[in-house]
Amino acid sequence: MKVEAGHSTTSPVSIHDLTVAYQRKPVLWDVDLDIPEGKLIAIVGPNGAGKSTLIKAVLDLVPKASGKVMIYGRPFAKQRKLVAYVPQRESVDWDFPIDALGVVLMGRYNKIGWCKPVRKKDIKAAMESLDRVGMADFARRQISQLSGGQQQRVFLARALTQDATIYFMDEPFASVDATTERAIVKVLGDLRSLGKTVVVVHHDLQTVRDYFDHVILLNMRVVAHGPVDEVFTDENLKKTYGGRLTLLSEAADRLARH
Amino acid sequence: MTWSIIDTWIVIIGALCAAGCAIPGAILVLRRMSLMGDAISHTVLPGIAIAFLITGTRDPMAMLIGSVVVGLLTAFLVQAIQTLGKVEAGASMGIVFTVLFAFGLVLMRQAVDHVDIDPDCVLYGSIELAWFDQDPEGLGIPRGAIVNGVMLLANLLLFLLFYKEFKITSFDPALAKAQGFHPSFMHYMLMTMTAATAVAAFETVGSILVVAMFIVPPATAYLLTNRFGMMFILAIFLSVLAAIIGHVSAITIPTWFGFSGTSTAGAMAVATGALFLVAWVVSPLDGMLVRMWHLFSTRLHVVREDILGVLWRLEERGQKELLPVQLSEAIGTTPFLVKIGLQILQKRNVVSKTKLLWSLTDCGRKQAATLVRSHRLWEVYLDKHFPQDVHQLHQSAERLEHITTPEMQVKLGNAKEDPHGSQVPADE
Repeated sequence: MKVEAGHSTTSPVSIHDLTVAYQRKPVLWDVDLDIPEGKLIAIVGPNGAGKSTLIKAVLDLVPKASGKVMIYGRPFAKQRKLVAYVPQRESVDWDFPIDALGVVLMGRYNKIGWCKPVRKKDIKAAMESLDRVGMADFARRQISQLSGGQQQRVFLARALTQDATIYFMDEPFASVDATTERAIVKVLGDLRSLGKTVVVVHHDLQTVRDYFDHVILLNMRVVAHGPVDEVFTDENLKKTYGGRLTLLSEAADRLARH
Repeated sequence: MTWSIIDTWIVIIGALCAAGCAIPGAILVLRRMSLMGDAISHTVLPGIAIAFLITGTRDPMAMLIGSVVVGLLTAFLVQAIQTLGKVEAGASMGIVFTVLFAFGLVLMRQAVDHVDIDPDCVLYGSIELAWFDQDPEGLGIPRGAIVNGVMLLANLLLFLLFYKEFKITSFDPALAKAQGFHPSFMHYMLMTMTAATAVAAFETVGSILVVAMFIVPPATAYLLTNRFGMMFILAIFLSVLAAIIGHVSAITIPTWFGFSGTSTAGAMAVATGALFLVAWVVSPLDGMLVRMWHLFSTRLHVVREDILGVLWRLEERGQKELLPVQLSEAIGTTPFLVKIGLQILQKRNVVSKTKLLWSLTDCGRKQAATLVRSHRLWEVYLDKHFPQDVHQLHQSAERLEHITTPEMQVKLGNAKEDPHGSQVPADE
């Protein structure tokens, strides 16, 4: 396996000097981190801190201004099958004419390959995933008729059916009901016990300690990252959310203007 | 109405053309970019004009290539202007396709001087004359049928081959991209299909009415189903139906008023609109009739419960029976709804009638007590948690009592008296 110098080959996701800009305004600036294997990792930070952008940059969904991302030492394009993605719920059109099973089956498309039809075993796998999130009874329900929490669980089932090694989830806990929150927490636990790496953009500071092993505190730059016990401190949170970083965003604004 | 072989071929050509448009059209509608069909079908004109000017003939291959190239250029420019020019998609399309269309018109004037082309035909099509343009082998098949038929077949094959890919890139482009199904590749394939279909259709229905074929039947199908595959089947079916209805009405309806027939392509487009209107009214999913029925049955449900409530409170005050008109006054609704409500309640053995007066049966008394219990418990609950005017309490409770489930009633507690001092009926 050819490996670029300076990158960890054992880390599921190794991010090196990553900068992402929207219309010249940096959203992420010199982000440098190795994500540990087999852990539940929360990305935490204020609005506009670049949490979603970090995930999207890893998945090649937004162009990088500079820097590199390696998945187990190789570029993402060569490791697609190792990675599953749960986008934000608002990112799709829930009036689309498709049922829950149809959405979950999309998680199998990569395994099926271009131009080939969905097979029986794919439907079986998708049904199993729906069952794991408690949505098997809703398989044939048109997606617009599902509640927000149920839609989120359908997205989760779709990621599960990708049967990946690394999972990226963008705000899966955003405005969901208690049943869905429990279902997600259970799935996270299951994934950890299977040795999977799960990276979750998370907005609820109260539950970080309960749900996650590792935390990345992000505000354009990585403020701190490491085990929750060590890193998730009041001082670090103050640094992440506090006023000291406004200088940085001021600089970013000026960069966009020039 | 006199029907000849010419009419049969007009319908066949119209149906093939509309069905061919329905396939890329449905994908455009699902991607919420229907106007891209509009933009591209307009820019077919400069494509054709350029092909004329370069080759000097009406060679269909040259026209096809010219239009597809300009169509793809349109799609690319729309995207580029949207990203770089900081304008919304609609404005970006407006800029690109109007300018290119105008450019096409300018070129067309040049082309007209050199080659045999009728600008009217380009804009409105000439389906009526299609039969006279036979294939060179003399099989008796008009060229229009071959061109549109081949296009339909090509679209059908591409759609079936890339069924999964069109589905995922339309629903969730981010996931599609992450999985390696290149959304931009699928986007430009769709744009190519749209441009090629538009140029195939332009001699039949012209470059303006083709937009109706792209958008209206798929939009109608969208109203009628919530299955992806079914939407395409319905869109094709509706296209064929519109072609038949369109031509038949084009040659019949004007004669009723003493005119000769009208434009078939125009009538087909009107037929697609009429079908949309019908679907909008009768769609079992969310059509007007279904919505009105829901509204009516909800109102009737409320009226029935209000009748029970009024009669129960009447007994509480020692009276027993009321005239229907008194009931409608007490509830504040139309006598008509009260009459229907009473009839339904009577069938269910909940109220009974002696002469003209209505009263509760034993069974009805129990149901009414549950309702009044919900009402008064809600008043207690609202008064406790959201202090407000006592009159307002009644208003809110009036609405809430109709949607209270037994489980909710249990959670509302066990108060004995409401804030007005009335007894809360016991739970039975």
